[in-house]
Amino acid sequence: MSGENCVRLEFNVSSENFASAGSASEAVKTRLKLLGINSRDVRRVAIAMYEGEINMVIHAKGGKATVEIYNDRVEIILADRGPGIADIDVAMKEGYSTAPEDIRALGFGAGMGLPNMKKNTDEMRIESNAGVGTTIYMTVKLT
Amino acid sequence: MKISEIVDAVNAEVLCCKDKLSDEVFSACAADMMSDVLAFVKDQAVLVTGLCNPQVIRTAEMMDIRCVLLVRNKRPDAVILELAETKGIVVLSSRHRMFIACGLLYTAGLSGGEHCV
Repeated sequence: MSGENCVRLEFNVSSENFASAGSASEAVKTRLKLLGINSRDVRRVAIAMYEGEINMVIHAKGGKATVEIYNDRVEIILADRGPGIADIDVAMKEGYSTAPEDIRALGFGAGMGLPNMKKNTDEMRIESNAGVGTTIYMTVKLT
Repeated sequence: MKISEIVDAVNAEVLCCKDKLSDEVFSACAADMMSDVLAFVKDQAVLVTGLCNPQVIRTAEMMDIRCVLLVRNKRPDAVILELAETKGIVVLSSRHRMFIACGLLYTAGLSGGEHCV
């Protein structure tokens, strides 16, 4: 939409070091707080993006995160070149996970990520092709 | 209750952000799966966990959790403590196991917030 004020942030999400996973979400949260956005909305964006960022690190060897902050909403695009999601409906079910055991030992892979991203956003759309990658579009309306 | 009262209740060692021990907290959650913390925690300011990696601190930061209590004598490395210090999150370590630590905190007056998911 032309004419709208927008702050655009871009991040390369690296999977080389699991310890650094979440740093993009952390930066976005800090920025939203600085912009004076209320804490409930900030947390919704932070949770949705962090879950997505962790997924990119676990399943897709990283990718690119783009965040656009408008007056009335935050739009998040997470794009990876991972293996793709075979069945999106199945992946959206709580408890379904393809994460390996070593990821569960790190505290993730309970099959709550995608449903939690949907819960914390007002709109979410997943485009995925086997062998090509996955792009997730999320919108959080600001209250 | 004050975070310092948590320290006393579970005989914990304060590993960072000692300047925040007089901060007030009202409820806690306990989990080893950060996925569950992200999915079910609402406004609990204390996280009791046996998991000890940087993602515990990042999860706490995303959820506005002010204090992480590590149970089973888990000892975080310098990277974890540095991250927590940057974020102003108090990190405590107790020798108690999860169930006992939670029981002691509940008895001391810390609530769990909502009863059921």
